[in-house]
Amino acid sequence: MTKLLSIRLVAILVGLGFALIALYSFVLGAYAWMTEEPAGHLPYEEPRDIAFSFDGPFGKWDIQQLQRGFKVYDEVCAACHSLKFVAFRDLEQLGYDEGQVKAFAASKQVPGIDPNTGEATTRPGLPTDYFPDPYPNNVAAAAANNNAIPPDLSLMTKARGDGVNYVASLLSGYSEPTAELLAEHPEAAPGPGLYHNPYFPNLNLAMAPPLTTTGQVTYDDGTEATVEQMSTDVAAFLAWTAEPTMVQRKQTGWPVLIFLLFATVLAYLSKQQIWAAAKPKKD
Amino acid sequence: MSFPWAKEYAPTNGVTKFLDEKLPLPRLVYNAVGAGYPVPRNLSYFWNFGVLAGFFLVVQIVTGVVLAMHYAANAQVAFATTEHIMRDVNWGWMMRYAHANGASFFFIVIYLHIFRGLFYSSYKAPREMIWLLGVVIFLLMMATAFMGYVLPWGQMSFWGAKVITGLFGAIPVVGEPIQVWLLGGFAPDNAALNRFFSLHFLLPFVIAGVVILHIWALHIPGSSNPTGVEVKSESDTLPFHPYYTAKDGFGLGIALLLFFTMVFFLPNALGHPDNYIEANPLSTPAHIVPEWYFWPFYAILRAFTVDFLFFPAKLLGVIAMFGSILVWFILPWLDKSPVRNGNYRPMFLKFFWFGLIPAMVVLFICGGAPAEEPYVMLSQIATAYYFLHFLVILPIVGQIEKSEPLPYSITEAVLGSDKKAVLGENTTPAV
Repeated sequence: MTKLLSIRLVAILVGLGFALIALYSFVLGAYAWMTEEPAGHLPYEEPRDIAFSFDGPFGKWDIQQLQRGFKVYDEVCAACHSLKFVAFRDLEQLGYDEGQVKAFAASKQVPGIDPNTGEATTRPGLPTDYFPDPYPNNVAAAAANNNAIPPDLSLMTKARGDGVNYVASLLSGYSEPTAELLAEHPEAAPGPGLYHNPYFPNLNLAMAPPLTTTGQVTYDDGTEATVEQMSTDVAAFLAWTAEPTMVQRKQTGWPVLIFLLFATVLAYLSKQQIWAAAKPKKD
Repeated sequence: MSFPWAKEYAPTNGVTKFLDEKLPLPRLVYNAVGAGYPVPRNLSYFWNFGVLAGFFLVVQIVTGVVLAMHYAANAQVAFATTEHIMRDVNWGWMMRYAHANGASFFFIVIYLHIFRGLFYSSYKAPREMIWLLGVVIFLLMMATAFMGYVLPWGQMSFWGAKVITGLFGAIPVVGEPIQVWLLGGFAPDNAALNRFFSLHFLLPFVIAGVVILHIWALHIPGSSNPTGVEVKSESDTLPFHPYYTAKDGFGLGIALLLFFTMVFFLPNALGHPDNYIEANPLSTPAHIVPEWYFWPFYAILRAFTVDFLFFPAKLLGVIAMFGSILVWFILPWLDKSPVRNGNYRPMFLKFFWFGLIPAMVVLFICGGAPAEEPYVMLSQIATAYYFLHFLVILPIVGQIEKSEPLPYSITEAVLGSDKKAVLGENTTPAV
């Protein structure tokens, strides 16, 4: 008994010790908080909420939109950004036939080996090849882009919070910083080689506005290629590159949940029936 | 051990008779989770989470073994093989999402299981060993989950590994050599990734072993129950099968509905977007946060912001973080109140609902938030309460509290009356 009492006494002392140190930290922190100027965040905007065909539990790809977005990637983004986890063969999922995929792959040069000399060279792509990197290495990428390496876009919409809306908002969101913002946060003025964008967390990014004029890309389906339209389409395309199995996932989910709902109802009914035997009997 | 009225296993045909004689495995199962295990008749759905935890351990092992067939633990390709699983392996995306969300669900059911244990004082005699083994399982789970999160080799994998192994660097004198030894280098790289994969594969089987001990220890005194009054007679119990197999089966259905809703419709909701960026030692994420199930403990770690005497703040944080879980090991000897169910303990009840639970919620929120005010101040108050609750309040309340009268028996609690109680066999509330 005395031994157990001493365990509790030690515990009480240790507990008081931890609590006092935590409260001591609190008092110093609270004092600093009240007396010091807080380091303010730059006010950036949350992505706009854009409706996509693949939103929600019943969402499906809009194949036309993915094809338009693919064209925007190929003609604009691909100049600087790689797409290393996507293979040419994957394009068949966007409704292109085998011949079209082969022809597209062949139009791209991928790293290869000269069969006669064994030296590094390039060759036309095959459907099994992956989208080639526009730069031979990161040093070249940084040198060509004001020291900022253009990130790979394969997973971009999963690698940012609210990624699809973020990509679409960012691409169509370039603007001049307002006088109000500059008055309040002089450090928000874009430095040399930087561009203001309210959706980018520190408001200035090294990417020059990539989509600037209506008709920059000529859509095959006749849709008018406004900056807004191109941004939305390429964001949809990047949602597909980030998770090509998204629609399959959602469509698999429904039968699974319906089956489980049915099984759970059965489990509930059998539980009720079995427990009826153990119900209190009236004396 | 079991109650004298437990049904005995009776093999009916030649095969089961042969097995029972040579290797009585069916008898073991019958006595462990079959009709041969008498269980208090008043268990609520809070007693469902042990079975669910066992289920999610199996989910993790099965999906994990399949994922390991396609994954390569090499810093050059780990991120790419994870994407290979997501894109090219048949149903690989489902295996990976089930494994990632399975870890979260494992922690959800374990936290509810621990909540049950804390509220109904399941740790009290004669069940101390069950509780101690449970804390061991929880620590093993945390280690396993942490190492598993490193394997995809995304930004949070890398920086999480760097921060957590950096905690060992806080130990005076030997800290840095230990950190380098643990990582196999000065920063997380191939050596660290390989050993984390090896241990991530091994530890779940260690957990399975400790789970067997946990269940073994459970069968010595038998299951606790919501009244906290021990089983007295046969009318207090029901055989585990079919009563609790049926009840747990329904609970499992609900758990699976929630689990697959997450897997198929919100698979990345509990993850961090930064982990879809490949690990880059040269670029530190704006906020390094662990997975949600570590947030309360991460908040305790970060609550210690000032040096105290000759203890640097970082060391205090590390001691407090590990200490916050280690105090659970002495819990059975801190809380000496003979009453188990919190509902019969008016003082305990107030501290539990208005102290511990709000403190845990605050710690959870602050652990996931950036390390800035007001989150740090809130977590400091909550941390102080956390230690006061377990180490100061519980021992004192247990001594001075006057508890409410308990029912005579489980039978009386469930059926309204117990003939033995009416006959006056023993009318003092036994505990």
